Amino acid sequence: MTAPILELRDVRTHFPVRGGFLARRDAGAVKAVDGVSLSLARGEVLGLVGESGCGKSTLARTIMQLVPTTGGAVILEGKNLTTGTDAEIEAVRRDLQMVFQDPYASLNPRMTVHDTIAEPLLVHRVCARADTTARVAELMTLVGLAPRFMQKYPHEFSGGQRQRIAIARALALNPKIIIADEPVSALDVSIQAQILNLLAQLVRRMGLSLIFIAHDLSVVKHISDRVAVMYLGKIVELGPASDVIERPRHPYTRALISAIPTPNPGRERTRKRIVLPGDPPSPINPPRGCAFHPRCPHAQERCQAAVPPLEKLEGSHEVACIRAEEIWQ
Amino acid sequence: MLLSVKDLRTYFHTRSGVYRAVDGVSFDLRRGETLGIVGESGSGKSVTCYSLMGLVPQPPGRIESGTAMFDGADLLHCAPRRLQAIRGKRISMIFQDPMTSLNPYLRISEQLIEPLLIHEKISRKAALARALEMLEAVGINDAAKRIHYHPHEFSGGMRQRVMIAMALITKPELLIADEPTTALDVTVQAQILELIKKMQHESGMAVIFITHDLGVVSGLCDRVQVMYAGRIVETADTRTLFYHPRHPYTIGLQRSIPSLQKKGGELFTIKGLPPDVSKPFRGCAFAERCEHAKPLCNEKDPQLAPVSPTHAQTCLRVQAGEI
Ligand SMILES: Nc1ncnc2c1ncn2[C@@H]1O[C@H](COP(=O)(O)OP(=O)(O)O)[C@@H](O)[C@H]1O
Ligand SMILES: Nc1ncnc2c1ncn2[C@@H]1O[C@H](COP(=O)(O)OP(=O)(O)O)[C@@H](O)[C@H]1O
Ligand code: SF4
Ligand SMILES: [Mg+2]
Ligand SMILES: [Mg+2]
Repeated sequence: MTAPILELRDVRTHFPVRGGFLARRDAGAVKAVDGVSLSLARGEVLGLVGESGCGKSTLARTIMQLVPTTGGAVILEGKNLTTGTDAEIEAVRRDLQMVFQDPYASLNPRMTVHDTIAEPLLVHRVCARADTTARVAELMTLVGLAPRFMQKYPHEFSGGQRQRIAIARALALNPKIIIADEPVSALDVSIQAQILNLLAQLVRRMGLSLIFIAHDLSVVKHISDRVAVMYLGKIVELGPASDVIERPRHPYTRALISAIPTPNPGRERTRKRIVLPGDPPSPINPPRGCAFHPRCPHAQERCQAAVPPLEKLEGSHEVACIRAEEIWQ
Repeated sequence: MLLSVKDLRTYFHTRSGVYRAVDGVSFDLRRGETLGIVGESGSGKSVTCYSLMGLVPQPPGRIESGTAMFDGADLLHCAPRRLQAIRGKRISMIFQDPMTSLNPYLRISEQLIEPLLIHEKISRKAALARALEMLEAVGINDAAKRIHYHPHEFSGGMRQRVMIAMALITKPELLIADEPTTALDVTVQAQILELIKKMQHESGMAVIFITHDLGVVSGLCDRVQVMYAGRIVETADTRTLFYHPRHPYTIGLQRSIPSLQKKGGELFTIKGLPPDVSKPFRGCAFAERCEHAKPLCNEKDPQLAPVSPTHAQTCLRVQAGEI
């Protein structure tokens, strides 16, 4: 296997808790990302899932160096971004681009499609002013938008089309990696499928690597080569998409999959659903040991003893649960 | 019949045109029944229910025609006093965003007892006891303490439960739920769906559940109707709708659900977009996106016609026996 394009080593991103005026100095920290190690191969699609608040967006912003890391290393093509100079980071940042959930909020309503897509080209001076229009047209075609709409404004497009504009803008600088943070969560089912098809096609055609973030496992299943499941700032299961989704081993992944309602009334009415009690606990004082233990149907006393490490079960399927083997016998 | 809606039309008269948001919707609901309304965003699901609840902003909205008989009273035309007594006590509504129904500045306790004090002859003390009981029933731990909280002191899922408690405290005969789980994680969605089922089982109320997620209706609803461009295109008992859908739009919606498709290949999509309901169109609103469309589809106005006693749909070619 060739060297990964992106590697995360024990990445931690904590936010200080702003205490009230009587608060002690050590008010603690929101451990939004707390010890994540991952690698991404060239041309690979990694799906990242977990309930809201588990740290997916913070992990994305950490990779993009939009928030300072508390510890660990983010290594892009051999360069550690967390220790790089501003100039170095600026140079590599072009290789990393992001697409957000809400195309309504992420596009400037006062900029035409042309100007939206051309902006990164002009800022990074990768394209002579005279050639920008041709390049914008090329990018629009690539994402399935007719170039004749170039002078229109975002509000004149549907949600799905706006997401295409955001994708075209992200592709403008020929990045190597795209991080898409819930890019289809706000869209209707049939439009979701259109955007998923587009992303899959771009990855294949342009050899891009993609980190695809979603809170819905049924969406990532299609597009991902591998899937990582996050809970309270940590990865609790990681492996080939089909293994994680068809043979989930972590009790949390099992519950997440079980909670997805299926469009099959016969099955829906008879199957036993794992309903997790409560909400995920606060990342300020995560539960001791396995942070999932208060909600876990398989928890035992010993689950509170230590944080279970992510360990290989079979092939490249990794799980952070001390009972993973015995539960699935 | 608990509710009988006939030929409801709700239009929005705006500067850019007249939007026919709901355009001739008729349906019935029996006591205790759960009806799912599904369709893409903009298809008129919310406006249908807002019309029944008197929540359509007028102007620009206007109820152009129709009746909605609820136990003998026409919700669209009866006297305001009588309506007030029905909405708020016998019919309740919950929303995607719980803050639509919660007041951020008031303690939960005050908000829970308000409808009781208005609609029932009950002392404040007895109302508070009912409120506490209700909070416990929807699964709020430590309810005796939390009843004094303000809405922002609850997490998203808990706030949804508080809103449900508030909707159910008057023991309504009909609950209208407008995408109450759309913004939630699947895990919390599962909790809320279980809760609605439990409450319904205990009280025997009828439910209209609006969602764009076909998966959600499959386990919850007795009957489902599919809306497209302000009209109902297909309605059937849940099993029939999922196992033997006939309208090409319903079939397309179902085929585009990612979880039903093989991994790897292109995902099926319905090409194009729903029509602009401010522009006139003739015939079937789905025709321009439909792979089965023939000239006939643009000539005749489609009407719901029965496929079986529990199943009706509007596709003209299905009605002609061609597909
Ligand atoms: N800038 C910030 N300051 C403080 N806390 C934050 C900040 N950004 C995120 N968090 C917290 O970090 C946790 C993870 O958030 P996020 O990464 O947005 O999760 P997700 O994207 O999985 O929903 C949450 O508890 C959130 O409240
Ligand atoms: N306040 C409003 N002003 C103008 N048009 C509106 C208003 N509310 C809804 N509409 C129109 O009604 C149509 C149906 O909306 P809605 O019932 O909210 O759809 P759904 O709930 O199925 O997503 C929309 O296409 C929109 O154009
Ligand atoms: S380690 Fe224990 S508590 Fe954590 S998931 Fe496994 S069984 Fe459950
Ligand atoms: Mg996020
Ligand atoms: Mg709606």
